Amino acid sequence: MKIAISATGQTVDSMLDKRFGRCQYFVIQDTETGEVETVENKGLTSEGGAGIAASQQLIDEGVEVIITGNLGPNAFELIEKSGIKAYKCHEMVIRDVLEKYGSGELLEIEESGPAHHGGH
Amino acid sequence: MEDIDLEEEDNLNIAVLSGKGGTGKTTISTNLALALGAKYIDCDVEEPNGFLFLKPNIVNTEEVMVEYPVIDEDKCTDCGVCVDVCQFNALASAGNGILLFEKLCHGCGACEIVCKYGALGYGKREVGRIEKGMGHGINCSRGILNIGEPMAVPVIRSILRNLDDGLNIIDCPPGTSCNVVTSLRYADGAILVTEPTKFGLHDLERAVELVDMFSIPFGVIINKDDGRENIVKSYCKDRQIEIIGTVPYSDSIALAYSKGEMLYATQDNRALFDHLAMGLGEVLEWT
Ligand code: SF4
Ligand code: SF4
Repeated sequence: MKIAISATGQTVDSMLDKRFGRCQYFVIQDTETGEVETVENKGLTSEGGAGIAASQQLIDEGVEVIITGNLGPNAFELIEKSGIKAYKCHEMVIRDVLEKYGSGELLEIEESGPAHHGGH
Repeated sequence: MEDIDLEEEDNLNIAVLSGKGGTGKTTISTNLALALGAKYIDCDVEEPNGFLFLKPNIVNTEEVMVEYPVIDEDKCTDCGVCVDVCQFNALASAGNGILLFEKLCHGCGACEIVCKYGALGYGKREVGRIEKGMGHGINCSRGILNIGEPMAVPVIRSILRNLDDGLNIIDCPPGTSCNVVTSLRYADGAILVTEPTKFGLHDLERAVELVDMFSIPFGVIINKDDGRENIVKSYCKDRQIEIIGTVPYSDSIALAYSKGEMLYATQDNRALFDHLAMGLGEVLEWT
């Protein structure tokens, strides 16, 4: 199973970024192999709907779990419909985030946070 | 810079801009419209407040509609081609059907073109309204963007596309966003409203940059002026930008504003705005 975490850097030693749609990277760990890969967030370069672009990217990557700070309403709707589970966590080193997830300490995100409208 | 020739145009549209909100843009637009006997058009559609002062009786309301894609689920194969083509992330594929985020849709039509299965059609939905009426003896209209709608441009376009003949004073959205750019496309001249402060000057500089792109005549009105040689005046002198006039800082103006009263309705201020109206005619050279 693949777990994606919104991150400020490219490794498990970087910090979790609470912004989902506008984070720099997603650190993705495959729990079966333990392998870690990093992708650049497509939402960063999108004009509007950053959260949707980021969600779509993770859906296409075959991710089943997302860990981040907040989800906007659009991202929340899309992630929920796709059957991905999203968990909330505050800023900490990704390695610790994974550990917390593993021990069942993280809470599922059950409603969306405030919307972020890109400027026009 | 081209001068305006009233003879050749059926309407003359003057855009009133300010680098940010709260500089007195609406006060100046509404009172100047009265002084000129012009029509007042509020296209600050996210916060149209000119009607709070002009208080027109609204006789006509029109809906502003935009198109958005409608997916026929029986025909859709979930191929995802429409998702890839949408530049605005208005479509997404959850793996079990296509999701539409209608508020992000710009109505470009690309998704319909690429759908090979004829599963995409268009519907219409309301994003705002246009209201018209008479207030203080002049024609007034305003655009209103529905709450929660992120895109103001369709409402602004719809109100400005159908302007009447004659002189139109257009109260623009604040700032220098694409809403302002859209408004300026319809303008034959512009008034930049600012205050004589450091922030006022900074915002004015940005507004000047924007208006310069349109090669239309424009001038500055300084609101809450201190009557001295201030930074805005010396900036205008340096850049050879004409000052249409000034509105002094005064307690009576602030009071009238807080009560939602038209300044033009009081004797003292009437002369002030008549003077500005003349200044405008000279700067934009339509006299
Ligand atoms: S392109 Fe047409 S068939 Fe393909 S997912 Fe979009 S609507 Fe469905
Ligand atoms: S009309 Fe354009 S913006 Fe709207 S969903 Fe289709 S491709 Fe996206």
